[in-house]
Amino acid sequence: MSASALRPAAAWLAASAALAAVLVAAFAVGKFPVAPGDLLRSLAGRLLGAGSGLPAAVDTVVWNIRLPRVAAGIVVGAVLAAAGAAYQGMFRNPLVSPDILGVSAGAGLGATLGIYLGLPLAFVQGVAFVGGLLAVAVVWRIASLVQRHDPVLVLVLAGVALGALLGAGISLVKIISDPYTQLPTITFWLLGGLNQVRPSDLAATAPAMLAGLLPMALLRWRINLLSLADEEAAALGVDVGRLRLVLVAAATLSTAAAVSLAGIVGWIGLVVPHVARLLVGPDFSRLLPASLLLGAGFLVATDTLARIVAPIELPLGILTAVVGAPFFLWLLARVGRTS
Amino acid sequence: MKRRTLLGALGAAPLLPLLAAGARAGEDAANSTIAAAFGRLPAPADIRRVFVGGAPASALLAVLAPEKLLGWPWNVSAEARAWLPPAVRELPQVGRLAGRGSTMSNETLLQLQPDLILDVGTVDATYISAMQRVAEQTGLPCVLVHGQLADHPAQLREVGRLLGVAARGERLAAWAEKTIALSERVRAAVPPEKRPRVYYARGAGGLETGLAGSINMETIDFAGGRNVAAEAGRGGIAKISLEQVLAWNPEVIVTQDRELARRVLDDPLWRPLEAVRARRVYLAPTRPFGWLDVPPSVNRLIGVRWLLTLLHPGRADDAASLRAATADFYRLFYGVEPGAAALDALLGGNA
Repeated sequence: MSASALRPAAAWLAASAALAAVLVAAFAVGKFPVAPGDLLRSLAGRLLGAGSGLPAAVDTVVWNIRLPRVAAGIVVGAVLAAAGAAYQGMFRNPLVSPDILGVSAGAGLGATLGIYLGLPLAFVQGVAFVGGLLAVAVVWRIASLVQRHDPVLVLVLAGVALGALLGAGISLVKIISDPYTQLPTITFWLLGGLNQVRPSDLAATAPAMLAGLLPMALLRWRINLLSLADEEAAALGVDVGRLRLVLVAAATLSTAAAVSLAGIVGWIGLVVPHVARLLVGPDFSRLLPASLLLGAGFLVATDTLARIVAPIELPLGILTAVVGAPFFLWLLARVGRTS
Repeated sequence: MKRRTLLGALGAAPLLPLLAAGARAGEDAANSTIAAAFGRLPAPADIRRVFVGGAPASALLAVLAPEKLLGWPWNVSAEARAWLPPAVRELPQVGRLAGRGSTMSNETLLQLQPDLILDVGTVDATYISAMQRVAEQTGLPCVLVHGQLADHPAQLREVGRLLGVAARGERLAAWAEKTIALSERVRAAVPPEKRPRVYYARGAGGLETGLAGSINMETIDFAGGRNVAAEAGRGGIAKISLEQVLAWNPEVIVTQDRELARRVLDDPLWRPLEAVRARRVYLAPTRPFGWLDVPPSVNRLIGVRWLLTLLHPGRADDAASLRAATADFYRLFYGVEPGAAALDALLGGNA
């Protein structure tokens, strides 16, 4: 039996149940010991409007530290996976991830500069967000100047080249930054993590992340057509250039916001869409919700590991690779054998 | 000292002959802070221009022999320069060397025509071999010096002799010894389990800190504070979560970041902490260099004195004697005479 032959209802149910289990675990564990009973009392106390009667530290941990962190994990994971799924279809390339057009490199340079200039964290996030948007805008502009080649190929090549340039900029800032204070902060940022997420950070970035998801959801039927050759899609009545622009803008908006909040978290945008495709097939109208669900679950699960496996915080970028790559290889081998 | 020598020897096993050669440069090989020396050292009187490899070495030279410093290995702010000896205030930034990522080419180094290259820090085999390469390629003599807090008295004496300023080295070393003796007396009187639990907040959000054994935490160790992050293991700078800080619930928070010190006191998320409720969040002065670390330099000596006063009231200085000691330190080490207003600003975190 191939994985995609699972009955759809059962698959969705299983995925949703897995996500729910991950969320419960994410809320229940952490460095600050909160007994399950206290957790429920804190939740009930806030939801019912009555005080929980618990020490202030417990309520702070549950509501102001774990809740925004888990919520950020859900949104960032969902957004990165959805953007990856959209890009892999649009660029007709399975190796594409959301940062192919330079959004992570642009955000990375923005954040690195912000840290180098000693800006407060909220400003660092803002500069990272703007850096991500600017990088993709420049790539799009350069690609649109080239008329005679395959537009998708030109876009990817421009993205790779600008990404390399921005990467060099990041390295330069690292070299000139203060090795005692700024360099560790830059290194931690570039490896990604949700340990700094506060309710206000989430409130500032979630609208952009969700706004970017909206066009993907509304255009889910037409996105399938982008995997055809441009002429064929055009023959079916799709304005290919416009659709592509809308998608790139949407994916960039949400990815830039996600990266500005969580730093550079690799692997999710690359691997999760493949896993989703193995489970539900390539139709984007099913691939999108599956990617959202799996991306959210995977990031919350890895972030929970990042919080608990070591006495210190492990960077997310390291854990997503350590957890994601072997899982992906196992899935690849399993599907190859059974289908 | 013994443990470090052993670890150093293990780490540098393939380089044992080098270590032996380096140790000979000091007079008392067993206790020398000079970890390695390459090339032929000029006579002390002939060393007029010294290139320093990194920030801790520049601080050492600025207090010992400012007139021999060639330039700063990193960007020293205008506010910090006001607290430096006049001879080095206007010196340019010239780049750093080896150990922590070089921004300096050997050709530029030769162009500066130093008589000696000096670096201070936590010495390992990579560091020693990098320095050896520089010495071989440029033909310039290189000296590597251990830079932990306990090393400061011997370090000031030995480098003082090396540079022909033995009397000055001796005076500064005596001050360092006095401070370390004071810290030892306080620690002897307060058993480890009675010492205040201290969190050192670093990074823009305050969620980076030093683990046990980190050179960044030495000031706190010496001042008789218990580093709460020590239970997370040994190492350097690590990233942690606010939830972890709440679980540690430190009695005292120290930082060198003014903005952060203010935020920690105002932030509802940090409010459950004992340190915040008791308003025991202390901003360490950073002029001309950090009193806790950044860089881990001789400035930590006054930092130890300051933190002893805050952590163990009644056992070390009172406010007046700390103020007098601070003025004394700046007069002796940096040759500057801070006025009453400057001292207020410095100790009040407004310098």
